[in-house]
Amino acid sequence: MCIDYITDRGPVRAIDHVSLDLERGEFLGVAGESGSGKSTLAQGIMRILPPPAVITGGEAIFEGRDILTLDEEELRKLRWSRMSMVFQSAMDALNPVITIGEQITDTMHAHGDMSARAARDRAAELLEMVGIPGDRLDAYAHQLSGGMRQRVGIAIALALEPTLLILDEPTTALDVIVEREILEEIRGLQRKLGFAVIFITHDLARMLQFSDRVAVFYAGRMAEIGPAEELRTSPRHPYTQGLLRAFPSVHGSTVEMFSIPGTPPSLRNPPAGCRFHPRCPVAVELCSKVSPELKQIGPGHSAACHLAK
Amino acid sequence: MRYILRRFGFYVLAAWVALTMNFFLPRLMPGDPATALFARFKGRLSPEAMQGLREAFGFTHEPLLKQYITYLGHVLKGDLGISVAYFPSPVMKVIGTGFVWTLFLAGSAVVLSFAIGTLLGVAAAWWRRGWVDTWLPSALVFVGAFPYFWLAMVALYVFGFTLGWFPLGHAYSDDITPSWSFGFAIDVLRHAVLPVGTVILVTLGGWLLSMRNSMIAVLGSDYVNLARAKGLPPARVALRYAARNALLPSVTGFGMALGFVLGGSLLTEIVFSYPGQGYLLVQAVRNQDYALMQGIFLVITLAVLGANLCVDIFYLWLDPRTRESRS
Ligand SMILES: Nc1ncnc2c1ncn2[C@@H]1O[C@H](COP(=O)(O)OP(=O)(O)O)[C@@H](O)[C@H]1O
Ligand SMILES: [Mg+2]
Repeated sequence: MCIDYITDRGPVRAIDHVSLDLERGEFLGVAGESGSGKSTLAQGIMRILPPPAVITGGEAIFEGRDILTLDEEELRKLRWSRMSMVFQSAMDALNPVITIGEQITDTMHAHGDMSARAARDRAAELLEMVGIPGDRLDAYAHQLSGGMRQRVGIAIALALEPTLLILDEPTTALDVIVEREILEEIRGLQRKLGFAVIFITHDLARMLQFSDRVAVFYAGRMAEIGPAEELRTSPRHPYTQGLLRAFPSVHGSTVEMFSIPGTPPSLRNPPAGCRFHPRCPVAVELCSKVSPELKQIGPGHSAACHLAK
Repeated sequence: MRYILRRFGFYVLAAWVALTMNFFLPRLMPGDPATALFARFKGRLSPEAMQGLREAFGFTHEPLLKQYITYLGHVLKGDLGISVAYFPSPVMKVIGTGFVWTLFLAGSAVVLSFAIGTLLGVAAAWWRRGWVDTWLPSALVFVGAFPYFWLAMVALYVFGFTLGWFPLGHAYSDDITPSWSFGFAIDVLRHAVLPVGTVILVTLGGWLLSMRNSMIAVLGSDYVNLARAKGLPPARVALRYAARNALLPSVTGFGMALGFVLGGSLLTEIVFSYPGQGYLLVQAVRNQDYALMQGIFLVITLAVLGANLCVDIFYLWLDPRTRESRS
């Protein structure tokens, strides 16, 4: 898939030939620095990208159908009932002047006939499921804590029992303890309800603990993808290796902090060859000339690096 | 509820301040109304009658505090003194009908302008770069740039004089007696079209732009994006999720605008010879009729305060956050 932002100074390619596949019931983590295109990809899959973003190519096959070729009405039916999303900021994703109950029930009403009574009962049930007392249906967003708001976001996303749930950094605004609670909550719900999850975060280490598979993004491209266990023990892309060292090691006795020097490139004017080469500690001449393809280096494990074997 | 009571308390305080200023301002000015009246009747009044008048106006030789208390008592009873210009009618009676006409004129102009402008703003933002968005704001800003007086005269000349579609002035036809009848209502509406229409024309652009801009901001918000993604019908997204939130800044301006138009209906009333209080105010100034001026000032102030209280209550209903944080 390719996604461009059409700006005054020409198009910016935010997602550059990225290909992902996901099994039913799988938990896929997507990690990358801020600005690497994670949100763009998530909204592209849902086809809810606001202008000036344009999906310029590729396909998104969901349950046998290409989402990119569906018309608005088909899309409206499919969205939320089959795939849904939790937005990045819980603060802003809930309408401040509408009760959370109504924001859950109107989702159900939009996708099928349901009595007001039944919808309300179901909404209360959903709230209980994500750990909020069912009698808070008539509360407004400002009456809830940040963690509770994010749980409401999850309840809205699960209202129609989708088969795919996309979470775009749902816990960045929350503290570590609440973050952990919510992650475990999602894991538990996933086991119970069997939906697939795409979980987006900039915290790779955290992702490796919770996911089945993890994809690492760099500057609009996929750097590496593979089973979480393998990425944790033997990351092949220098960027993944750098990211893992950027966080205190959980197992080591000494806490080692190492962040990758330099900043991510501008997507308006990305470096030639491998986009990571200016920051790469092991770059060779080839890296600045030829852009590396994503190549398989193990079962289900691929990396886009000339040096990876 | 406590929030409403507190706002109410604030408005009572504001009303009291206005009353007090109303009392002191004329007393700081040179001359007094009774003398003015006396001059007008060129010695046809006896000194006793003069004294009676002074008392009626509250200009006695008693201590200021006592005068003030008497004045407050009178105001509370609805007694604002005797009009000089319309001698010997009490001010309250003179203002009465004029005020009702002004309230009707300004009120319907503001409410209609707000409603139409806001709806157009919603449409402009929803169909961004559509024809409403492309043409209407610039056209209305263009129209609004002309002096109101001139615009009103042109409208009167074209639609009243040349085409003869609407009457040239007054609130209702001379040959019809005011009554609660259908015919009278139609007559009043026909007379109101030009004055109300011209006011709407010059104020519409402001409402449109303010709603359009706040609506565009809201449409870009995460919660509207989520509402769309949830598959809600577009009308629900536009009105319930976006427009309701975008309305909040406009509503705040509404209370102010009402006061502004109420005070500023003077020009409209002059151009269309409308028997409102603006017309009365001109009479009052011409005749140095302080009592009438004070009365008009007072009534406008109270009306603006009342309108703002209504807006506060409306806002409270619109935005649940105010209910929480301020109660
Ligand atoms: N509205 C926009 N206009 C132009 N470019 C944009 C816009 N939104 C995002 N981008 C570009 O897309 C890139 C990816 O953004 P995003 O998907 O939000 O990243 P992430 O979610 O990983 O932080 C950004 O680095 C930026 O260059
Ligand atoms: Mg993001």
